[in-house]
Amino acid sequence: MAADVYKIQNEEIKPDALYNAVLADSDGAVTTFAGVVRDNTKGRGTSYLVYDAYRDMAEKKMREIGDEVKEKWEVDCVGILHRIGRLEIGEISVLIAISSPHRKASLEACHYAIDRLKQTVPIWKKEVWTDGGEAWIEGDPSALASR
Amino acid sequence: MNIKVLFFASCRDLIGSSEREMTLPDGATVTDLISRLASEQARFTDMAPSLMVSINQAYAERDAELQDGDEVAFIPPVSGG
Repeated sequence: MAADVYKIQNEEIKPDALYNAVLADSDGAVTTFAGVVRDNTKGRGTSYLVYDAYRDMAEKKMREIGDEVKEKWEVDCVGILHRIGRLEIGEISVLIAISSPHRKASLEACHYAIDRLKQTVPIWKKEVWTDGGEAWIEGDPSALASR
Repeated sequence: MNIKVLFFASCRDLIGSSEREMTLPDGATVTDLISRLASEQARFTDMAPSLMVSINQAYAERDAELQDGDEVAFIPPVSGG
């Protein structure tokens, strides 16, 4: 039985589990997007990242994104996972999987969902650099105008 | 009235705690809460314009009136993904 999934978690994100959760026999496509920890920011070496979230509100806002997606496209199920805590280079920070009867809907919906997540979901990233510096990264405040 | 106030990321580092119980006069707004915090921590004044505020997990405007028992959060520009 396919189902929507909206979750903030400390545990490692396993792509197969989310893929299987959103997939039903009536679907002809699943689009997945994984955000992954990169080893640098504009050339400055990254040691690791720390993510923090306002967990209850974040899960609520992710569900709102799923609801928006379903209004705009003919999709079946939406799954959004975001990890918090310390993440190493190459690990998945965010995973989105959207199923649909036909490919166009899930492809477009997935792109929309990750863009919205970066605007509205209360999650923050701290970069810890290889040179010893660290800082909370702040997104573009104007993005929230369209919250 | 008594409210719970949550701080995250850079804002939590500035305030020095993640959660506070606060007492405000009835009818107080988000702006009043910001003024109270700024009176305790001057640098909060500089940070406040960039913060979003939520009341009971929904984004709220500065003139929103607070109610007893509300959960208010200060939300720096988000950077998930």
